[in-house]
This record gives sequence, C-alpha cells and structure tokens, in this order.
Amino acid sequence: MSSAAPAVVVRDLSLIFQTADSPVTALSDVNLTIERGEFVSFIGPSGCGKTTLMRVIADLERATSGSISVNGMSPEAARLQRAYGYVFQAAALYPWRNVLKNVMLPLEIMGLPAAERDSRARQQLELVGLNGFEGKYPWQLSGGMQQRVSIARALALQPQMLLMDEPFGALDEITRDHLNEQLLRLWEATGKTVIFVTHSISEAVFLSQRIVVMSPRPGRILEVIDNPLPAGRLLDARESTGFAEVAHRVRLALRAGHSYD
Amino acid sequence: MTEVALPAPTRQPVAPASGRWLPVLVVVICILLLWYAGAVGLNAPQVTERLNNLGSPWGWQDLVSAAWAMERPVLPAPHQVALDFYSSLVDNDIDSPRNLLFHAGVTLSATLLGFGLGLLLGVLLAVGVVHSRVLDRGLLPWIIASQTIPILAIAPMAVVVLGSLGYPPLVSKAVISMYLCFFPIVIGMVKGLRSPEVLQMDLMRTYSASRPQLLWLLRLPAAVPFLFASAKVAIATSLVGAIVGELPTGAQAGLGARLLQGSYFGQTVQIWSALVMASLLGVALVGLVSLAERATARLMGTQP
Repeated sequence: MSSAAPAVVVRDLSLIFQTADSPVTALSDVNLTIERGEFVSFIGPSGCGKTTLMRVIADLERATSGSISVNGMSPEAARLQRAYGYVFQAAALYPWRNVLKNVMLPLEIMGLPAAERDSRARQQLELVGLNGFEGKYPWQLSGGMQQRVSIARALALQPQMLLMDEPFGALDEITRDHLNEQLLRLWEATGKTVIFVTHSISEAVFLSQRIVVMSPRPGRILEVIDNPLPAGRLLDARESTGFAEVAHRVRLALRAGHSYD
Repeated sequence: MTEVALPAPTRQPVAPASGRWLPVLVVVICILLLWYAGAVGLNAPQVTERLNNLGSPWGWQDLVSAAWAMERPVLPAPHQVALDFYSSLVDNDIDSPRNLLFHAGVTLSATLLGFGLGLLLGVLLAVGVVHSRVLDRGLLPWIIASQTIPILAIAPMAVVVLGSLGYPPLVSKAVISMYLCFFPIVIGMVKGLRSPEVLQMDLMRTYSASRPQLLWLLRLPAAVPFLFASAKVAIATSLVGAIVGELPTGAQAGLGARLLQGSYFGQTVQIWSALVMASLLGVALVGLVSLAERATARLMGTQP
C-alpha cells in the first residue's frame, strides 16, 4: 500500500530542456530509491542536475521520459496532498509579512482555522530557535535567521518529507555549521525524510546517510555512497578518520565525473 | 586646550533647514523675477500705445507700473493673480460662483469619482491581462490605442452621449477623467502583478495554492508599490480629465468653466487664478496619495 511505499522511486528518468539553440539534457537515465525517514544528499558540480532532480520530485518540473513516484503516487498528487516542504536556496520570505505571518502562509493556504495557524506557527518557530522574533519583518533579520524562518515555514505544513535546495549555501561557515547541527537534531527528532542538495562535501558527509554523487553534461548519477558514520553525530565528528574516509570517497567519485571535460 | 564637545554622530547627516529651503527659495525668486520681466515685455505694446494716447511724456517707471496693473493684460503680474485669487476666496461666500473654492469643489468631485472609477477599471483590466493570454495579446494594444486619441476629440462625444442617456454632468466629467487615468494604473499594475520573483511563485506552487490565493496572497501585495507610483500619475491626469470635461459642456461651475469664461471675456487675471487653483489642487491630490502610500508602507512593514 501507499503508506509503505518508499518516499521516492525514480526509474530511467530523463529530462531534456528545449532551449533556443539546442536541447539540453538536464537528467539522463536516473535511477534512485529513497526510503522513508532517510537523509539523502545530492552532491555535484553546477549543472549536474541535482536541483532539477529535486524539482522533478517536487513537481516543479516534469520529466521527459521515465517514471517517478513520491510516497507511492505521482509527484503532482503528492504536491496536491502537500506531502513535502520545500526550502529554497534563498529564504524567499514575503517582505510584507512578519516572521509569524510568513510561517503561517502555507497554513492559510491550507485553510486552517486562525487559532491553529497561530499555535502551529509558534511551535515551528520555537523548533528553529526563533521565539521572540514573531513580530519582526524579514529585513530586520540576518541571513541565517531568514533561512531558519523559511525552514520553520516548510515544517509548518507538517510534511513527511523535507526538500532542501542548498539551503545554507549563501550563509557564512559559522552559521552554516550551527544550522547543520540543528538540522541533524531536527531530523533525528522527527524522523522525516530529508533530501538535501549541496555543493559541500563536508556538509553532505556530516548530514546524510547516503550521498548521491552526480555529474554534468548530461546530468546523471555517478555513484551512491553509503555513509557508515553513526547517528547522533556532533560537529566534532568531522575531525574523525571515519569522516575523512567517506569524504575522500565522495571526492574521488566527483573527480571521476570530471576527468573527461 | 579645552576639549571641544562634538555633536553626537548621526547615522545620516541631516542638512540644516536653510540648506533644504534655500534652493526652493532661489528657484521661486527666479521664477517671480522672470514672470515680472515677462509681464513688462508682453504687455509693453499695449501699454505704450495707451501712454502715447494720453499725450503727456512718460518714462520707463510709468511703463513698468502700468504693465503690472493692467485690467486685461496679456500676462498678468504675479501680485495681480495673487490678489484676485485671495479676494475670490475672502470676498465671496463658499457657494458663490465668484469663489474659486466653489469651482475647485465641483471639479474635485468629478476628479475623485473619475479617479475611483479609473482605479477600479485599471486594476480589473490588469488582473485580466496577467491571468489570460488572450487578454494580454488582445486587450493591451487597444488600451494603448485608446490613449493615442486626443482627449479633446473624445470629451464632447462622451458629454453628448451620456447627457442624452440622462446622466448628470458630474458623471460625464468623471467618465472622461476615468478614460485618462485608468491607463497608468493598468500599466503599473500589470508590471506589479508580474513582479514576484520565481522563487516566491515556486513556493506558492509547492503549497498547491489556487489562482485566487496566488493573486491575493502574492501578486496583489507585491503590486502595491507599483500601484502607488501609478496612482500619483493617475490622480494628476484625472484632474486634467475633469477640467477638460468641463470645457465642452458649457458648464457654469468648475475650474474648466471658470477658465472658459475667463477666455471668453478676456479676463486673463481670472484665468491665471483658476490655473493657480488647479495646480494647488493637483499638488494636494498627489500629496494625499503620497500620504496614503506612506501609511500603507508602514502597515506592510516596509523597510524605512
């Protein structure tokens, strides 16, 4: 039944963008299964299709060929059921809404009663450590805080799955470390499926159980690397030899993808 | 050496009051000087003729003082206009047709009605254009074409048609005013409704928001700054529309009627004081829109 179906099943999926001069193969013969509750990262250089693959899962792009199911249904059905929360590269907060109202936005669209909207939004803000900032407007917050608001906004839907597209890419390293650790604790506490797109090897190794290494022209999966590091890891885990080994494997795989261009 | 107390540093250096008003004052003085000089130059032929007819010798002082005090000058001097303007307000009751405020009130009612209608029409058209490719392709060219027809050609037709349908002059004036002012609203609102970033639109899609929700929660709030920029242009043109609408009606009241009467009877001072009233009204209306803009920005939490 659909409740037992994997979070994402992708079979022989290709996506070709028709551009003005020539068609661009963004994804070529992608096969991937992501189980429920997994934390999976997509890593690769620009143009490898990692964001495109995530957008296909989110039904923001349509595949040209192949099949994909999300929670056992089509991506469109999953989107209509609000099965996932999407966190973009930029926080994309609405500047005319304060922090609380930004987090309440998806709940308003769902049509929840005002009291429940309010309590749910406050709950999510507490989860990302932003209680006390409800009345602030986006321009009054730092970049890291804005991105935490956007995570709270994605969580407010109470989705089974979080899709995160380089959410910390624009932040400084100190903020990024801090948010990485917070995200890991959040994942451990909630057991949600997290799909995470990143450029950073150490971010991918620190966060995920599996790392999908991708390569450009055409965008495809080179290798899926299992991460044997134990759960409950802290930032210090990055100094361990185990961490260095996994990071090394990811680096080798990325290099293999680059060898012929 | 004694310590000198430095003023507390402010984040933005504020220009002293004289620094802000001095440029304005200089410009006003320059305009007045040019105006007085122009009044002498333009009225000189008439004045010299009259002085010569008197027969007695006259000097340049006589020329200047006569040029600034004519009853029907080609160009009245500023103080003549100011006096006429002032006495029309002070010497007459508010409901007297000799009072400029009475005329301003008549024109203002048509302006506001026309602006309201134009605002409504403009926003509705823009929403249609943004949501329908057919309207985008089919309607926009007509909207642009409508503005290439001189308003003086349209105005008498609107007055005649609406008058024969039994509408009061107020409505025909408001319709002409609406015809002029909906255009900047449409153009600004189309741009504003399309202004949300791709990410913000994608976000709405991930929430499976309906089109009305997308419009109400994202497109309309994002269009508000564009709406106010357009509204400032629109309210000024709607005042022009209301005044133009008064010209072909043979109206007895309104700034346009006052201008027309002035030109029939060669009362140039009266024309100029009506013009001054019209421009003050325009400044006040644009000022009101600016105030509303600032209040809205505060409500929407915009960065000051």
